[in-house]
Amino acid sequence: MKTAIEIENLGKKYIISHQGQAQQYVALRDVISDSVKKLVKPKKSMKPQREDFWALRNLSLQIDVGEKLGVIGRNGAGKTTLLKILSRITSPSEGKIKLNGRVSSLLEVGTGFHPELTGRENIYLNGAILGLSRKEIRKKFAEIIEFAEIEKFLDTPVKRYSSGMYVRLAFAVAAHLEPEILLIDEVLAVGDIQFQKKCLDKMGDISREGRTVLFVSHNLTAIEHFCSRCILLQSGNLILDGNVESVIEGYIKDVREGTKDLILADRIDRTGSGKIRAVDFKILDSNHNEVITMKSGEDYYFEIDYLNNSEDNFKNIVVSLDIFDDKNSGLLLFRTNFTNNNLEIKKRTGKIFCKVNNLPLAPGNYHFSIFISSADIEILDYITDICHCVVEGGDFFGTGSSGLPTHCKILHKAEWFIE
Amino acid sequence: MAQKDNNFLIIESGKAEKHYFKDLWRYRELFYFLSWRDILVRYKQTVIGIAWSVLRPVITMVIFTIVFGRIAKLPSVDAPYPILVFTALLPWLFFSSALSDSSNSLIGNANMISKIYFPRMILPASAVIVALIDFFISFILLGIIMLWYRFVPSWKIVFMPLFLLLALIVSLGAGFLLSALNVKYRDFKYIVPFIIQFGLYASPVGFSSDVIPNKWRFLYSINPMVGVIDGFRWSIIGKGVEFYIPGFLISIFLAILLFLIGIIYFRKTEKTFADRI
Repeated sequence: MKTAIEIENLGKKYIISHQGQAQQYVALRDVISDSVKKLVKPKKSMKPQREDFWALRNLSLQIDVGEKLGVIGRNGAGKTTLLKILSRITSPSEGKIKLNGRVSSLLEVGTGFHPELTGRENIYLNGAILGLSRKEIRKKFAEIIEFAEIEKFLDTPVKRYSSGMYVRLAFAVAAHLEPEILLIDEVLAVGDIQFQKKCLDKMGDISREGRTVLFVSHNLTAIEHFCSRCILLQSGNLILDGNVESVIEGYIKDVREGTKDLILADRIDRTGSGKIRAVDFKILDSNHNEVITMKSGEDYYFEIDYLNNSEDNFKNIVVSLDIFDDKNSGLLLFRTNFTNNNLEIKKRTGKIFCKVNNLPLAPGNYHFSIFISSADIEILDYITDICHCVVEGGDFFGTGSSGLPTHCKILHKAEWFIE
Repeated sequence: MAQKDNNFLIIESGKAEKHYFKDLWRYRELFYFLSWRDILVRYKQTVIGIAWSVLRPVITMVIFTIVFGRIAKLPSVDAPYPILVFTALLPWLFFSSALSDSSNSLIGNANMISKIYFPRMILPASAVIVALIDFFISFILLGIIMLWYRFVPSWKIVFMPLFLLLALIVSLGAGFLLSALNVKYRDFKYIVPFIIQFGLYASPVGFSSDVIPNKWRFLYSINPMVGVIDGFRWSIIGKGVEFYIPGFLISIFLAILLFLIGIIYFRKTEKTFADRI
């Protein structure tokens, strides 16, 4: 097999300065005044505290021609840094990379789009920015507008486009690049479901043509669907490399450890008689696959695995599931007796499911608490601060747009009218 | 894909890329597209659009003619004062808009820099190209003014492109340098307008260089725009304009020096743009 990308000992260092408030830019006047101060008081070191931060370190990797490599890891694991180095946006601090083939990167769709220009004009501009020649763009022009479904709006400035149209056009241009090596970062997190599917199909086509693809995503389904090999990064280090399933498994474990969730069964900071204990908690999507992030507006199962420590059968079990935001305010409560759904527990172990349709949480960080009691008589188990999870934007309102507010926590449909 | 053979690339830490200028050539269409975008956007956004590149030089010319020609009564050469002013305004306005636009070009396109690779030199350079197009519009204006005054330009006008080239070298050099400095030190954006305002009076725009006493003339030519402006006047007006050779040589020398410093500094800091911006 020919090698498309060969990475040796790659590292990227950033210098973080702890100079009072986080100062993003250097101002010339500060440089001048600092050096004057140094002249006046040469002894006293005015050096701000500086710290090296390795966004990526000791990364060695070989990718064969035609391989589809998924790159996963928690936020800050160095995924985007890796793509930025490979696409030459930023240069590495150490190490060496050999690239064999024309590289295109898609770190964001629509980079360089100008709102005042029309769709047609932006196709040419964006194509040129992405490295297509005018001839190549002209050749693919019809294909691009057909893919983007914007024929009618070709000569409208893109500032009047809906966000869906905008994203479609931007992806369409990018999807018609024909590089030998394609780097993609999380771009599928946009657009409506149908279009996402279309993009995935297009990417499938690209991969069948024998191109090498590096695909960064939090969307594990897409990774599973699309990649032939996967790597897991953790704080800048490569910790797993192998087939997609085992690496995704490792990732889920990594996320669970990262959120400092002890295994529920082992936790002792709980109250209640303990006749019944919640021993595990999982979030499942509508296909019963375990997930670690949720999307607003989708359907989920919350699964509580229980252990019945007594010999009794319980008839009238009340289970509550509270959802808190990252400031620990209670936002939502699901309780069996709200809906006259109190449960009967006979077996020693089992699973309790709570199905929530159309998840009404806005994007943000959340955690749960579980409360199990026997008919309001006896508290069996009460445990807080479990399962820290993230809700990402989704198409809650069914409008095809995933742009949701983050300054509120609960979403609900409303009707608007004028009288 | 035509360039299949050239696609082998090695990225190594701490080493400049060998392909840089080849890449610059490969991305040549981006020059065109970015300039085209800036021009298109300008004429779409502003109501007066193209009138802007006409009004600005004309109003400046009128004011300078009144202030320097009528009030200060500075001597003209063998040409009407408005023509004396306008021949200098052409290269000066080109230089000043090239400088202010190119020095902001990196910051203004921060999003592109942090998301896509292309030779970064394209950004300040295409800003200079936009200014060049404005220059040609103003040049037509000069023709109209000359018609109005029934003034026949000198045959030496054939040398004008050489002086334009010199202005281009000065603008590119300063543009590369200032745009790169602007990324590192954000307060440079306050310095550039000052340079431009100061430069307008330090350069012989509103008056002829002959006003400068001879003993200061060489020192005065340290400003490379002096050489450019004098050259424009010499080539367009001709009669009565003496060409001060030593000053012109020092202008050329400094222009090339500035150009080289600009490129070297830009190339040196370029790799860190995406991290800083």
